[in-house]
Amino acid sequence: MVFLGRLSIASSLALALLTMALMTLTWSARLGAGDANSDEVFSAAVVKSLISSKVGDRDLAIAELGRDSSPLAGQILAGLLKGRLYVDRQSGAFYWEEAGLKLLWPLADGPALEAAPTNARKVAVNNRQRELIEGLLSLRALFDADVKNRRVASGALIGAPNVDWAVINERLAVETDERVLDNLKVVQALGSLRDPQASAASKLAALTELERLYAPAAQEDIKALAIDSNLELAKAAQRTLRLMDARAQRLALAETVFFGLSLGSVLVLIAIGLAITFGVMGVINMAHGEMAMLGAYTVWALQSVWPGQPGLALILALPTAFLVSGMVGASIELTVIKPLYQRPLETLLATFGLSLILQQAARKGISSMNVAVSSPDFMSGQWAITNNFSVTQGRVIIIVFCLLVFAAVSLILRKTRLGLEIRAVTQNRAMARALGAPASRVDTLTFALGSGVAGVSGVALSQLTNVGPNLGQDYIVDSFMVVVFGGVGNLWGALVGGLIIGVANKFLEPVNGAMLAKITIMVGVILFIQRHPKGLFPQRGRVASF
Amino acid sequence: MFFSLGRKAIIALAVITIFIGSRLALAQETIKVGILHSLSGTMAISETTLKDSVLMLIDEQNKKGGALGKKLEAVVVDPASDWPMFAEKARDLLAKEKVAVVFGCWTSVSRKSVLPVFEELNGLLFYPVQYEGQESSKNVIYTGAAPNQQAIPAVDYLLGEGSKRFVLVGTDYVFPRTANKIVEAYLLKKGVAQEDIITYYTPFSHSDWQSIVADIKRIGGTGRKTAVISTINGDANVPFYKELAAQDISASAIPVMAFSVGEEELSGVDAKPLVGHLAAWNYFQSVDNPANAEFIKKWKAFIKDPKRVTNDPMEATYLGFNLWVKAVEKAKTTDVDAVLKAIVGLETPNLTGGVAKLLPNHHLTKPVLIGEIEENGQFQVVWETESETPGDAWSDYLPESVDLIADWTAPINCGNYNGKTQKCLGAEKKAETAK
Repeated sequence: MVFLGRLSIASSLALALLTMALMTLTWSARLGAGDANSDEVFSAAVVKSLISSKVGDRDLAIAELGRDSSPLAGQILAGLLKGRLYVDRQSGAFYWEEAGLKLLWPLADGPALEAAPTNARKVAVNNRQRELIEGLLSLRALFDADVKNRRVASGALIGAPNVDWAVINERLAVETDERVLDNLKVVQALGSLRDPQASAASKLAALTELERLYAPAAQEDIKALAIDSNLELAKAAQRTLRLMDARAQRLALAETVFFGLSLGSVLVLIAIGLAITFGVMGVINMAHGEMAMLGAYTVWALQSVWPGQPGLALILALPTAFLVSGMVGASIELTVIKPLYQRPLETLLATFGLSLILQQAARKGISSMNVAVSSPDFMSGQWAITNNFSVTQGRVIIIVFCLLVFAAVSLILRKTRLGLEIRAVTQNRAMARALGAPASRVDTLTFALGSGVAGVSGVALSQLTNVGPNLGQDYIVDSFMVVVFGGVGNLWGALVGGLIIGVANKFLEPVNGAMLAKITIMVGVILFIQRHPKGLFPQRGRVASF
Repeated sequence: MFFSLGRKAIIALAVITIFIGSRLALAQETIKVGILHSLSGTMAISETTLKDSVLMLIDEQNKKGGALGKKLEAVVVDPASDWPMFAEKARDLLAKEKVAVVFGCWTSVSRKSVLPVFEELNGLLFYPVQYEGQESSKNVIYTGAAPNQQAIPAVDYLLGEGSKRFVLVGTDYVFPRTANKIVEAYLLKKGVAQEDIITYYTPFSHSDWQSIVADIKRIGGTGRKTAVISTINGDANVPFYKELAAQDISASAIPVMAFSVGEEELSGVDAKPLVGHLAAWNYFQSVDNPANAEFIKKWKAFIKDPKRVTNDPMEATYLGFNLWVKAVEKAKTTDVDAVLKAIVGLETPNLTGGVAKLLPNHHLTKPVLIGEIEENGQFQVVWETESETPGDAWSDYLPESVDLIADWTAPINCGNYNGKTQKCLGAEKKAETAK
């Protein structure tokens, strides 16, 4: 490897020109596991066609890079895919963009350049080329030492265009991981199904393989075989299709349950806070959604403070949002709600006005547009349970988070002195006061707790939806529905009610569409409330009403 | 008592006369230009930009001496994203303010709301947004794209890239429903099987996309190349693209072609999950062209914010404004009928290096560009038409409008002329077919 150190671009360019002749000589040695000199095969011809204005030329250059096993070629391909590759059209030098531009070719290991060279432009690729590059990079990753990367790569190769069979066979001979092997066998089977020259016997073998290994990507090809003139083949294809359908239905069922739980957990998260303020205290707080909005804006604010650390900002946002929304909640209770106790209609109107004020404040103070909140790595990506069933990591985290918040709120209400006082004051205010509970302060703290939990739910929402002035409005109706359905004054009601509504919604959605599903749920909840006015879990015992 | 009332009335009358007189005197020196864009409410995000664009164009025209030797004067009203209010404010502009021309409206429903007012009072409206077509009014100049200047070329691009199956996802209202009807008819004509066209509609601000995206993944994962055509509106887009990314659907596997996502919608959004997805417009800020560079520079200076972006409806406003100025100079008056007569056939350079020509059907010739979303919220142009496509008011792919044309020049002078029966359907039929 030629190490150029901290040489300037110009001198490194001169050196590169000198080595160019050598490069063309070593050009033939591109296949095979990366030998010591393979860094140098990147040639001027490839550079030229990679930045050519003709799409065909660029395709050829990408294919050429795919045959080159050197790490540099791999990095160039990855750079193309991620849009990190820049080129200076005059000198032909390539740069890697990551917090500044770093010279990538001609080889250099220097620090990032302070200013971008004036002519450096991003090397552009389109979707089709991205698909091509993804395939090429997956082929490379088959030889990665990390089994995780091999699993992802082999999975990505299923159904990919232009698969290099030699590479697949090479890997099949040495691979030990069961999942990677299965994936590669599917790739192979799919290949022989698509190959017009393949014999009926090899197609039959491929079908048997695909029957064992569920591969939806092969569905269209098997469908084509099901009407083949070779009856044996057609029959086998039909059987495989039937088996695939059955499996697809089981998977879809599992998926729907998961989606339902995930939607339900979001509903539960925003409803828990309301279950405290509305359920326990009986205050109809129309500004509840705006407490969640404040929490979501907290994430944005913290992410703006640490732009490089979206994950840290998100985690720090949890306590911060709790405090911010909690304090705003406390001041709302002291100024607006306290004078209006026992006057629910006035409280409703006052808090509705407050919600409009908070929304407009966000519009004027921050922006009428939505703000950008980014998702950290641990919130994105898939978590594969089996080869064909994977769930989104972010959603799993939110389900777990919802249960944690629920547990925490339950603990506070059951095991702490504050919780004891809250329960005492809400169950029988006069008696609690007679026994020395500071009723007025307890009211403030209860409301602050409910608002704080709403703020925390806003942090979770920021990962799923738009962060903007309308965030609260979009969820207020849903959260009231959950609390009323679950049973006013009962935390368990909010949990079970939210999950039921979520799952029911997701089962209805494929049947009659997103629009009607929502309406059906609404109608269902109304009918239920008519028969059971106290909800799923009615409050029992001597509960004093306000 | 009576006397004093009379005196008061006389004084009031005198004041009013002086007031009106001064207004009239003022009106003789300037040409009034109405701006009818929402400055508050849900549409304010998009429409405020267009109000500022018109103000910038007027400012510049005045620096060049105005039109017909008179200065242009902007009359800005705020219809507040409220559709009936659009009609009221339009009436104010035309009847009270006597504006020579109006630049305005964004949503189709607001345009439909002001249409009868403009036709009754013989006003002139420049409408700058891509829309569903199936309309042509004598009093409206449509400077945005008709479906054949956006949807049809976008579908052609996807077909050319090898897509065989199409999922149409849209918000449930008039533009997505009409656009999808046209797209579906076109796909069927192109040989795509009916079972390979799957449609989903969602409520406004839909935020839980898990099931639909999982369906898209399933539909696209059976080995037949699939593309999504999105007419999803506004807020619902971000959760949709986030869910696509969360379920590991890359733009290269299943590309999404959007008709309502532009530079303005992408500013203030973390664009990482959207990279590689597509949008079809007639203008992108990223188009490398001296005229465009100058326009962007002027815009940033005028709005005093270097981060502000330009977008397609802004270019449409720019084209409409320039055409109107040219027509006024040609007609030597701002009288609506004279201007309308002068404007057909006029040309003005657009911002992407071509020419916009105003056709007899009151639509423009426009280039069609397909762009891929980049990480910075801008678009990289991956495909464009070789020359400008003439806008077609009535879709050739829907049975009810296949024979209809619009031609506002003599001898036809009709917005919905049936070429087969050689008859003008007139106003009452128009409302019906526009459904």
